[in-house]
Amino acid sequence: MMSEKTIELKNISKVYPGVRALDTINFEIGRGEVHCLVGQNGCGKSTLIKIMSGVEKPEPGAEIYINGELCKHLNSHISMSKGVQVIYQDLSLFSNLTVKENIAFRDNIRKKSLFVNWKEVDKIARKALELIDVDIDINAKVGTLSIAQQQLVEIAKALTGDLSLLILDEPTASLTGKEVRSLFRVITNLKNKGISILFVSHKLNEIFEIAEKVTVMRDGKIIGDFTPSELDHDRLVYLMTGMRELYKQPKPIGNDYEVVMEARNLSKNKNYKDISFKLKKGEILGITGLLGSGRTELALTLFGMNPYDSGELIFEGKAVKWTSNREACAAGVGYVPEDRLNCGLIMNQSIEDNLTITTIKSYLSRFGLINSGERLKALNTKVKELGIKFSMPEAAVKTLSGGNSQKVVLAKWLLVNPKVLILDEPTIGIDVIAKNSIHTLIKSLAENGMSIIMISDEVQEVLQNCHRILVMSKGRIVFEFTPDQITDKELLEKFNLA
Amino acid sequence: MKNYLRGILKKNEFYLFMIMVLMVIVMSAINPNFGTLENGFDILRGTTFIGICSMGFLVVLITGGTDISFTATATVAQYIMALLMVSNPNIPVVFVILVPMVIGAVLGSVNALLINRLKVPVIIITIAMLNTYYGAIQFFSEGEWLYNFPEWFADFPRILLITFKNEDGVAYGLTSLTAIWILVALVTSVLLRFTMLGRKIYALGGNQTAAGREGIHVNRIRIFAHSFLGLIAGIGAIVHAMVTQTAAPNAIVGQEFNAVAAVVLGGASIAGGGGSVLGTLLGVLLIATLKNGLTVMGVPAYWHQVFIGLTLVISISVTAIREKMAKKNAGGINVES
Ligand SMILES: Nc1ncnc2c1ncn2[C@@H]1O[C@H](COP(=O)(O)OP(=O)(O)OP(=O)(O)O)[C@@H](O)[C@H]1O
Ligand SMILES: [Mg+2]
Repeated sequence: MMSEKTIELKNISKVYPGVRALDTINFEIGRGEVHCLVGQNGCGKSTLIKIMSGVEKPEPGAEIYINGELCKHLNSHISMSKGVQVIYQDLSLFSNLTVKENIAFRDNIRKKSLFVNWKEVDKIARKALELIDVDIDINAKVGTLSIAQQQLVEIAKALTGDLSLLILDEPTASLTGKEVRSLFRVITNLKNKGISILFVSHKLNEIFEIAEKVTVMRDGKIIGDFTPSELDHDRLVYLMTGMRELYKQPKPIGNDYEVVMEARNLSKNKNYKDISFKLKKGEILGITGLLGSGRTELALTLFGMNPYDSGELIFEGKAVKWTSNREACAAGVGYVPEDRLNCGLIMNQSIEDNLTITTIKSYLSRFGLINSGERLKALNTKVKELGIKFSMPEAAVKTLSGGNSQKVVLAKWLLVNPKVLILDEPTIGIDVIAKNSIHTLIKSLAENGMSIIMISDEVQEVLQNCHRILVMSKGRIVFEFTPDQITDKELLEKFNLA
Repeated sequence: MKNYLRGILKKNEFYLFMIMVLMVIVMSAINPNFGTLENGFDILRGTTFIGICSMGFLVVLITGGTDISFTATATVAQYIMALLMVSNPNIPVVFVILVPMVIGAVLGSVNALLINRLKVPVIIITIAMLNTYYGAIQFFSEGEWLYNFPEWFADFPRILLITFKNEDGVAYGLTSLTAIWILVALVTSVLLRFTMLGRKIYALGGNQTAAGREGIHVNRIRIFAHSFLGLIAGIGAIVHAMVTQTAAPNAIVGQEFNAVAAVVLGGASIAGGGGSVLGTLLGVLLIATLKNGLTVMGVPAYWHQVFIGLTLVISISVTAIREKMAKKNAGGINVES
């Protein structure tokens, strides 16, 4: 007889050096249920997931039942063979292997096959990608794909095996509207087949769209289970954080403010064409558009990492053609990349070292040694501002939760205090309250004279925080407006961003 | 077809091959004795030991590990095998062949167990093990050389599978030992390309965390890889003894750098996750050809290492630059004009 519950956890605790990540959790997911797990960065969501998948062991006294069966020594092998498939927040892909091999790997392991049947691998990969309706070259190496494409490969991979529970840890963080739609379609299909879904996201509108049940976590404990009808946005935020969100529009800037950076007909083959804009001192300029609209390529150019072919870039009144990010940095441009986990952090080094790597020179004492007191002070202010949660500054960055490591990269650049700061998706995977405080911080930086370019997929984010917004599509700027000229719905419809 | 050709042009192996062809042409022009078939087979025979060992080293490197103790492993395996033959000339052939292979595999797995257990950089562990094995064999052998092996042991390496005669009437050609090398390369190639075990080896080198999550037994894969290297070092030990007809406790250690250089030159990634048998073969041949060419041209031996080192630096730089270019050209947006 099939159990009514796909998974049932009793008395789960998990202690890491310096933190109690999970504190006597009891949790269950019903068959064919779409269950959402929400909570602030570092509250223990990913840890709970790793316990369900057998990657991490809970403290003694825990009981885990999968499909009604007690699993004493759960490991990733057993949990997978019982149909628990996980899409991890930091992804689990082999960047040195092709898309098709990544997708079919689990299947091959499960079958305990001795030899690889490359034809079969081909078939499995094509079928899985068809299921989620995406078109990716299955012979490409995963390492050459964009982060969004990698996310899609990961989703396809999870669909190849036996499924009774599909766990998705922030799968939509780097996806845009179109891909999120097709992911939700897949989720509904699976649900109708009786498969349970556990879904984690910091985008609360997504939660309200698909959840049948919402479990709220805070500081390693479960606050409660709710049905979406009992909740609204504000109440959910309050349950997660004990705080309320505050929004305020950025202070207007005067017409007479000087222009810091100007692009005149910037073009680069296969990247973007005829880009012109002016960025004033203290201005927050938003750039939005679909995946592959050339936003990131443009941002890299402004940061000296992707030299333009033609046109002109003017920085503080002088025409510049940077060929490396060092030159751009020296001139006063900062850049927080989109793929922060791979590009922005040294995973095995401490939080402290990572945070101060950009500014290390300013903490040198007379003899060229690091003044650790000064450094710790600088670190502590930023940690407080952004609400970074960690056990100790000496711990390696890889022990941080996903959202908190994002914040470390952000904090690192804020310490530099550049003249122009380019933020590519500054709030991916960051919880509502921290997002709120990052927005507030961005606005106060602008008020103090920093110019900011904020790239974001989230229409609401740019509308609420920018003075002016550019919409890019296929490498061109197709629209420019101020937030009072249009509502988010109109914007979405106009550019088919959803 | 066009795509296929373009695919070849992108491959590291293609460039290695071209460099080698170029080198042969230049060296033959300088010294006509170089470009003969006989010299070609001579090069093959001379580098068989390194060629065999580099196959095992390749596998370990792909897992993201390293193990330079294989020369010491080979020394131990070779000496024990020689002791057996000297003390009992009628010892069965199977025994003589199996013993060094088993010893190699066991020592290799000891390394892997230590690596799995200790949280110490792998290179340190294998340097330590190299010295341990090497020191032990020095101590027990008291540096004594062994020779006077059974007849079959001297006859086997003289077998030629393909035979030519030079103007003096001396036969030369593809020796049985080179054939063993080719066999080892084939087995390694099948292992890496077509077995799940091989694919897991690549996966482990690509992303260890992910490998664990996918249910790959990371520790077991590592034990396999290091034992495989050990076993192959055992085969290398037999071949080496057949070539020299002696077992000297200090003859092999010190050659590990040549195998490492060949594998890296062949395009294997030091960080793990990448590398191929074909590339490694070309790497081995390139180094051997270079050395031989320099010798034929009368360049003093201590310059050889300098040239090998330079070749390595250049080839690694070229690979890095090409990767960078490939990244630059990847993707791209269809800009509407
Ligand atoms: N390997 C580890 N070693 C030490 N501490 C860890 C480790 N993994 C997680 N932690 C800590 O456990 C806590 C919970 O982390 P977890 O990753 O579960 O958070 P999360 O809810 O998934 O957050 P996010 O929304 O940011 O992804 C954090 O304080 C984190 O620093
Ligand atoms: Mg997480």
